[in-house]
Amino acid sequence: MPRARSVSREERLAIRLRGFRLGDRVFHSLTFLAAILVLALLSGVIVSLVQGSLPALHAFGLNFIVTEVWNPVGDRFGALAAIVGTLVTSAIAMLIGVPVSIGIAIFLTELCPMWLRRPIAIAIELLAGIPSIIYGIWGLFVLAPFLQRTLEPWLIALFSPIPGLNLLFAGPPFGVGVFTAGLILAIMVLPFITAVTRDVFSSVPPVLKEAAYGLGCTTWEVSRQVVLPYTRVGVTGGIMLGLGRALGETMAVTFVIGNAHRLSASVLAPGTTISATIANEFNEAVGDLYTSSLIALGLILFVITFIVLALARYMLMRMERRAGA
Amino acid sequence: MAISMSRYNARRRRNRFAVALCFAATGFGLIWLVLILATLLWNGLPGLTPALFTESTPPPGSEGGLLNAIAGSLILTVLGTVIGAPIGILAGTYMAEYGRFSRLSQVVRFVNDILLSAPSIVIGLFIYEILVAPLGHFSGWAGAVSLAVLVIPVVVRTTEDMLSMVPGQMREAAAALGLPRSIIVRSITYRAAKAGIVTGVLLAVARISGETAPLLFTALNNQFWSTNLNEPMASLPAVIFQFALSPYADWQQLAWTGALIITFAVLVLNIGARILVRSRNPQ
Repeated sequence: MPRARSVSREERLAIRLRGFRLGDRVFHSLTFLAAILVLALLSGVIVSLVQGSLPALHAFGLNFIVTEVWNPVGDRFGALAAIVGTLVTSAIAMLIGVPVSIGIAIFLTELCPMWLRRPIAIAIELLAGIPSIIYGIWGLFVLAPFLQRTLEPWLIALFSPIPGLNLLFAGPPFGVGVFTAGLILAIMVLPFITAVTRDVFSSVPPVLKEAAYGLGCTTWEVSRQVVLPYTRVGVTGGIMLGLGRALGETMAVTFVIGNAHRLSASVLAPGTTISATIANEFNEAVGDLYTSSLIALGLILFVITFIVLALARYMLMRMERRAGA
Repeated sequence: MAISMSRYNARRRRNRFAVALCFAATGFGLIWLVLILATLLWNGLPGLTPALFTESTPPPGSEGGLLNAIAGSLILTVLGTVIGAPIGILAGTYMAEYGRFSRLSQVVRFVNDILLSAPSIVIGLFIYEILVAPLGHFSGWAGAVSLAVLVIPVVVRTTEDMLSMVPGQMREAAAALGLPRSIIVRSITYRAAKAGIVTGVLLAVARISGETAPLLFTALNNQFWSTNLNEPMASLPAVIFQFALSPYADWQQLAWTGALIITFAVLVLNIGARILVRSRNPQ
């Protein structure tokens, strides 16, 4: 009898060990599958967008990218106005956002008293937390009327005597338009660029900065000639990350861009972007060609942001490798 | 001597100018937060009545609330998190625990970073193509899945980072006791990295609770009370989008109040996540 009991105990142990082994294998494969799923998601996005845009690409070919006309009634579609609008609004956002972000990062790493750094950094990061639609509703009801009354008439008056620039800032002031969208985007990408820039700035070895200060450099000279050259790759990566955000931003832009499918030289005129066009028209699109053209727009947007983001990651990876070495 | 002094003064002037610009840039960055929050309070608070939480969205020109939108947002956010967070945690676990230096992990890390910043409207189109178009109707499920796709990369990133920070000695000590790998991960490293992982989930919830673009072509919107996930479902952001752009004053009022609610919910989540990290890592 006691012999039989000891066998069953061994057996129980064996079963438990086998259970462990099985649990190990199941858990390992679960995590592996989840990791594969992340890859599948990206491939799924690409495949479904390509598939959805095939009818439009068949109908219009590569002319789709260089045609301005967007005529749902006549079933003629071209993406040029939306592509240009996307690039111009993002360019404005970068022109305003990048210098401001770098300024804030210098302030946070060099100038700000220690006890204030965290609160200010958090306040800037909270800007990234505010949902995009809130920027939209605020931009439409507060910022756009304000710009229409103040900054835009001033810009028009300022540049009207200068040939070239007077086309860029031609009136009338609408309030909503490409410039307003760019400004909102600048505010929205600020926290992203600032966060990366601040991180790479604080990765600069203190010895380098102290040596420069020791030679009698001013704060600005240290930032300009020691910190920025050392962190150039990382800062560029942060800027590209912000650019990726700006290119794909949808709701805020949809509210303030004015949704006009035409190209105009003036940045004060209403325009459209790829994402705003999709957000506005997708649910009203009737007919396969219309829907497919909108999906093709989405594909173009995805390709552009993919390239920008991949470059950003590559640069930040190079920066990290150097910091690690 | 006079020359060098004038040069010194020029450098100091330039420095003072640049420093002033940095101060101005910080002011420029901070003022928007203040302005946006002030506008939301100013326009949103007058509409904050009990009816807001007890009545559904009205037709134009009559009284109503945001009950269906708030409920829809809660349902979609919870479902999106419940679907997305476990997948994200598991994938992050693979990258930090099993394949830390493998080629696959490198690829997944890169792809995940792309997904993290991919335009959310493109995710909406993707889910439309795979869930809405084949089934022929918009649905709450499609909305929840599109939000889950946005949750996954956030959670993968934070989980991997947090697990990588757990000291290897803890795993070795557990392994020396004879514990199987899966139990080491679940009861040692998960426990050590819990605060960080929860923070990642909270940040993901904060991100999706304000998302509008992916819901437009998936969950669509619904003017009435509905908890049926096979039908279009209302959500706060979609209602704000519709009502803010309408010409009716009472709809616009509801949009502002909805915007106030959503912003404060998101900010509370963000601040909560930060406090959680800080209380665990005092340094």
